Amino acid sequence: MNKVQKILLGMALAGLALMLCFPIWFGITGAFSSQWELETNLAPVFTGTEEMVTWSFLPQAPTLEPLVQVLMDAPEFFVMFWNSVTITLGILAGQLLVGVPAAWALAQLPLPGKGKILSGYIVLMLMPFQVLMYPQYLVVRDLGLLDTLGAVILPAVFSTFPVFLLHRFFLAIPGEILEAARIDGAGELRIFWQIGIPLGMPGVMAVGILSFLDSWNLIEQPMTYLKTKSLWPLSLFLPQIQLKDIGMGFAAALLMLIPALLLFISGQEYLEQGIALSGGKD
Amino acid sequence: MERKQRRGFGQMWIFWAFLLPNLLGVLIFTLVPMLRVLLSSFQTAVGGHWVGFQNYATVLQNSAFRLAVANTTRFTLICIPILLVISLGLALGLRALPGIGVRLRSAFLMPMAVPAASVVLVWKVLFHEQGLLNGILISITGEGVRWMDTDASFWMLVISYLWRNLGYTTVLWTAGLAAIPESIYEAARVDGAQGWQVLRYITLPSLKGTGYTIDVLSLLNSFKVFREAWLVEGDYPQQSMYLMQHLYNNWFRELDFDKIAAASVMTSLVVFVLIGLLGKAWDKKE
Repeated sequence: MNKVQKILLGMALAGLALMLCFPIWFGITGAFSSQWELETNLAPVFTGTEEMVTWSFLPQAPTLEPLVQVLMDAPEFFVMFWNSVTITLGILAGQLLVGVPAAWALAQLPLPGKGKILSGYIVLMLMPFQVLMYPQYLVVRDLGLLDTLGAVILPAVFSTFPVFLLHRFFLAIPGEILEAARIDGAGELRIFWQIGIPLGMPGVMAVGILSFLDSWNLIEQPMTYLKTKSLWPLSLFLPQIQLKDIGMGFAAALLMLIPALLLFISGQEYLEQGIALSGGKD
Repeated sequence: MERKQRRGFGQMWIFWAFLLPNLLGVLIFTLVPMLRVLLSSFQTAVGGHWVGFQNYATVLQNSAFRLAVANTTRFTLICIPILLVISLGLALGLRALPGIGVRLRSAFLMPMAVPAASVVLVWKVLFHEQGLLNGILISITGEGVRWMDTDASFWMLVISYLWRNLGYTTVLWTAGLAAIPESIYEAARVDGAQGWQVLRYITLPSLKGTGYTIDVLSLLNSFKVFREAWLVEGDYPQQSMYLMQHLYNNWFRELDFDKIAAASVMTSLVVFVLIGLLGKAWDKKE
């Protein structure tokens, strides 16, 4: 490939990248636009007039008003935000607590039949929510957890994808290191804690980020298992915002976007490693 | 051998202790209830009377079920090939641009981090009949598309899916490309292979395994497009974006658990068989 070709390719790809990032930019600028500006730009959506929607690359009169309004005058926003946080952190903590040791066992411990267990985990991991919804509903109901945050958290804690992915990371640790530690008389718990965890840390980070993004974005599960509105996460609350409050809608959306985007930017290296390993050959 | 003998009961117990909390959870929350659902798919929802395959027959004759299956099938058959080809092209393109390629890859990946609910307003404005997308379309072709209340809403789903998954799949291909040993390329170059020939006879055949996993993961992710559909159009969308999850939600509201059970069993069988078939297909391809 010569230089001109490379420049053309770079421009084409950069153009596509801009296109893909445009909706995000759109959402962010929307949060800094006043209700008045949004109503003017989006008039066709509101009043059904004939002209087209317009949008400026930057807000003409940037304002923090909608953001302040959401933070000050919308107590239900805080409730939902907190629900999202509880659900996400609950799932994350549970997955790490039981999932990391399990992944370690499947990758490095000589358990009989672990190949079969792993195959079972992979099959379960590939089942869409449509398959799991009714089975999990039954358990959650029998445990008396319906309409509690536990109904969303507990089944997700035992999803098998994190275990599978972490197991991939742990597999990369050479067995000789562990054998050497065993010969030196280190106990299994200590080997796990002092060798497995530190060497598998990129995997823990990758799983943590992927799980966070997934849990923060849950829609089907809370929709099925939570009836009480005050238990809803942000993902169910945002679509409820009426067009007349569109300023607040954009602001609330931005506040939901920020944690996910920050995590994405700061943990991108691990995230890409995690995605790459989840697709690697067996 | 000797070491194996020294691992007595106590040692084994410690090994199992690592796995058991998770394994038990998986059994309780997933596997056992799945078997329960399998059982209840042969029974009536109320009373639990044995009815054989009647629930299956009812579901298969249900017009909403047929619509959802047809839409889902059409969606996967259209989306996944498009996604695979474009993202492979992107991965190859990015690899040819060391340096800036990595940065661009981040940009492609970013939509994956964006919660569906936080762009729902953006989607509504983009796909509105007088929205931004139609603004562009009209300036190019002179004609807009009624995204929300015609068959075009299906394409809104396709665009949403591609938007969210393009970067993710590109990263997967990139990893597959990186795993091809440099020595194969060198050998090919020594034999006089160039450009397209290298791609055709070296790169693509080496990506078979990657292609299979990407297929399976893309299939799994394709079910999640319900989120965009529901966020933009709610519980009763335009016909062409009526998906399995919409149907399940309706049955759930009406407590049609016998239908849900039969449909769940069939869906899991289909997913299971598809995973196997895709494996075979990618194995045979040269």
